[in-house]
Amino acid sequence: MMSYINAFWVGGLICAAAQVLIDKTKLTPGRILVAFVVIGVILGGLGIYDKLVDYAGAGATVPIVGFGNVLAKGAIKGVNEHGILGALMGGAEAAAGGISASIVFGFLIALIFNPKSK
Amino acid sequence: MKLTNQEYQEYLNKKSPDSTLLKDLLWAFVVGGLICVIGQAIFDIYKNAVGLSDDMARTAVSVTMVFIGAFLTGINVYGKLAKHAGGGTLVPITGFANAIVSPAMEFKKEGLVLGLASKMFVIAGPVLVYGITASVVVGVIYFIMSFFGGGGI
Repeated sequence: MMSYINAFWVGGLICAAAQVLIDKTKLTPGRILVAFVVIGVILGGLGIYDKLVDYAGAGATVPIVGFGNVLAKGAIKGVNEHGILGALMGGAEAAAGGISASIVFGFLIALIFNPKSK
Repeated sequence: MKLTNQEYQEYLNKKSPDSTLLKDLLWAFVVGGLICVIGQAIFDIYKNAVGLSDDMARTAVSVTMVFIGAFLTGINVYGKLAKHAGGGTLVPITGFANAIVSPAMEFKKEGLVLGLASKMFVIAGPVLVYGITASVVVGVIYFIMSFFGGGGI
């Protein structure tokens, strides 16, 4: 039960932080997503974000920041296994499932459904 | 009185600056939190019922949530929720799927290649460009540091 409470409030807070940026700055949603991913990569590279994942589970992995963390950890793992070439391989490799799913599901759903007429 | 979204937003801001922000924050917090709780429930199923490792279960959760976000966008539910939830629907991985499907559907009439397929990446493209580039930078820094005392990141 505790894991659900932690997922709720940590995930909720990360989303609320984005909401502050939406309301108080001129940042567009696309820029906010980019910023959050890069923050995730930095925190992942420093080894900090995994502590949040341990504590909050999906509250840390479901927000797009968690995607950045996966990329950074993948790049480090890649370097450990393949040297400098692994820096290019590891990130995309670790995130491959999410990236391919986004492309394939995104493509199929957009193919099947049409936007609601306004 | 006919107002564009932006004019309406400005009108709202003038009327009630603080209460609007509070209401937005509450919506984002609750909806974003609930989406993460759903993610946690799916994670528990993959881990305990299917028996996947933590890493594999997390990937499976991402894949599942991407599908849910894409599907809810397709049936025009996610967009409606996003009007209220703002950051609560933007930041979870379901929002990433929404950012792919929404422009892709919108521009399908311009063709399956240069319309649908290319517009999928209006927002997802920059996210991948900056995310993957940053991860390569992290990898290179880690590689260089491994020459000075064994890579202590």
